[in-house]
Amino acid sequence: MTRGSWLVAGAIGLALAAGPVQAQETLRIGFVTFLSGPAAGPFGVPARNAAELMVEALNAGQVPAPYDRPGIAGAKIEMTVIDEAGGAQAQVAEYRKLAEQVDVVIGYISSGDCKAIAPVAEEMQRLTVFFDCGTPQIFEEVVTEPKYLFRTSTHSTIESIAAARYILDLIPGLKTIAGLNQNYAWGQDSWRDFSRSILALRPDVQVVAELFPQLFAGQYGSEISALLAAGADVVHSSFWGGDLEAFILQAAPRGLFQTSRVILPSGETTVWRLAGQLPDGTVIGARGPNGPFAPDNELNRWFRSAYHERYGEWPVYSAYHMARAILGTKAAFEKAAGNGGGLPSTDAVIAAFENLVFDSPSGEIRMALGRGHQAVAPIPYGVYRYDAASGQPTFEDVRYYAPECVAPPPDMKGIDWIGAGFPGAKC
Amino acid sequence: MTTTIAIVLDGLLYAAWLFLVAVGLTLVYGVMRILNVAHGSLYALGAYVAAWAVQLWFANRLPAAAGLLLLPLAALLVGVVAGTAIERGVLRFTYGRHELVLLLVTYALFLILEDLVKLVFGVDPCFAYQPYGLLGVVRIGRLPYSLYDLVLIGLAVVVGLSVWLWLEKTRSGRLLLAVIHDREMAMAMGIDVGRLFTVTFAAGATLAALGGALAAPRISVVPGIGVEVIVLAFAVVATGGLGSVPGAMIGSLVVGLVRAVAVHLLPQVELFVIYAVMAAVLAVRPQGLFARAEVRRI
Repeated sequence: MTRGSWLVAGAIGLALAAGPVQAQETLRIGFVTFLSGPAAGPFGVPARNAAELMVEALNAGQVPAPYDRPGIAGAKIEMTVIDEAGGAQAQVAEYRKLAEQVDVVIGYISSGDCKAIAPVAEEMQRLTVFFDCGTPQIFEEVVTEPKYLFRTSTHSTIESIAAARYILDLIPGLKTIAGLNQNYAWGQDSWRDFSRSILALRPDVQVVAELFPQLFAGQYGSEISALLAAGADVVHSSFWGGDLEAFILQAAPRGLFQTSRVILPSGETTVWRLAGQLPDGTVIGARGPNGPFAPDNELNRWFRSAYHERYGEWPVYSAYHMARAILGTKAAFEKAAGNGGGLPSTDAVIAAFENLVFDSPSGEIRMALGRGHQAVAPIPYGVYRYDAASGQPTFEDVRYYAPECVAPPPDMKGIDWIGAGFPGAKC
Repeated sequence: MTTTIAIVLDGLLYAAWLFLVAVGLTLVYGVMRILNVAHGSLYALGAYVAAWAVQLWFANRLPAAAGLLLLPLAALLVGVVAGTAIERGVLRFTYGRHELVLLLVTYALFLILEDLVKLVFGVDPCFAYQPYGLLGVVRIGRLPYSLYDLVLIGLAVVVGLSVWLWLEKTRSGRLLLAVIHDREMAMAMGIDVGRLFTVTFAAGATLAALGGALAAPRISVVPGIGVEVIVLAFAVVATGGLGSVPGAMIGSLVVGLVRAVAVHLLPQVELFVIYAVMAAVLAVRPQGLFARAEVRRI
């Protein structure tokens, strides 16, 4: 027999073994998240866990409605996971390989990686969903006419505007603010958007200290002294992971959290780990209605308990972001497929994904910005209280800021919207 | 006034932390001519073992004050076990090779140890925060300082003095100085350089681990902490002069104080100022502040 006929015979054999043709169809999804390096513990591994949980549950048809149909559009999901560590250049090379092997790529926590991947995704014409990275530049500057690229998480400008509004609602008599942010894109953007939003809403507020220590510095003694000396009403820090935990451990005994009200917009991942070490009264954000701020709906109840049962810890926001991205992808595929069998074409999926409104453990997500490629969602903040009796974190004064209030209009860059004084905002 | 006190104290604290790491690095280089990149991994290993021991200690509600002693003990354990293992198991086969080869070997060790730490301790952060709050807080001027930090400054001084006394006043220290000064001549005089190398490397490893163990209560012990510290320690050692213990001390002080001045008075330059100092020193004295210029033997 020739090689070709062997292949045909093999294929027939496989088809016979696998049974009905429809069940044999698979959708290959490549996941990219940090499995090593400083971002693995706080974000990367929880996101990988969420991906594993969701893929298995979806394949088994265990996810509650409207996602109770097994798989995605009838196809079984096959997952590949890749480590995001190694820097943007390495990730572009990895992406090019991955995009050849899978139907959809869901990934990226680092804004630097997202900025590098975005144009390549369009060039490779591979459906790609950014699930977590926060830079507003993706659809505002890097890829202004996206086709293949989507982002199901909100971006940092939206989250920072909500943070500013929350602080002014919480402390109407605010006079001074100070910032402690890592010296790279995320830290600089977060502080710029937060401080400018505060100043746009209340021009009389003064900025008394702006500190930008090196990423992963770990030692913040001098910064804490400077913040204590500045004595601002509010200290803003977009620190995350080990840096945030080190800052809290060093600042709390020295009383910074009593001198100033501290707001940590991405502090939610730390809440579970530090528990009693995090002082009461700290303002915490979770980059959207994730974790403790997620709505009490069927999907969320299922997700929390399934995740907790499987991994022995509660899902943090990166896990919610991952679940959201997978469910958004499923919703888009199934909307495109309609009631017919078989996987829809990529173009049909893209048409369905644009401006899609879908349910997730974080509630309703709308793909409203970036020509229908960028998600918006309500942004909550709350005040942390440690409940010593139960050993659980609790939140008071939780407020949700609707997208109409904190997301820029589709035709405007976030920073311009802040500068113009938020025209058209409905709060 | 408050700012001045804050700059001095913050600078001293940062310098103390830097010195604990840098002194081991410079000692190993001085004696063995090895620029040990794996020094950062030993720092991380010290932090991890200390965090693990402290967690265990406090989870079992053992006497809190004694928990403080776990930190140096963890460092000693890491230094002696890992230090000796690395020197006897790997490095001794590379002696006599070019310094660059040794640099690559320690870089390989660094990569292996990073993965080993991940394998053993996972990627989730470890905490050892209990000792940090144990000693309480004192007010200096208007600013509250954690007493633990002030003790750390004192400890760095003690370590510095001990190393200096060891080198200057004890027999084994003087032998070491002889080796630093001229290895060939020292060997010709009958000094057992092999044994000195083992001792030196274990001592250097212990100092790195001590830096990590003492930092552990104030940080989140996560993968990657070794990388950050080794880069800074190199900057300090290069500024002070490779192989010079007083150089490591002055280098740490200069870097610590300059950084504190920047944070308090001109925060925009914080990131850059450490390397600016290093560049300025090296432009004037390429061998660093305290190292003597050497005639290169070809």
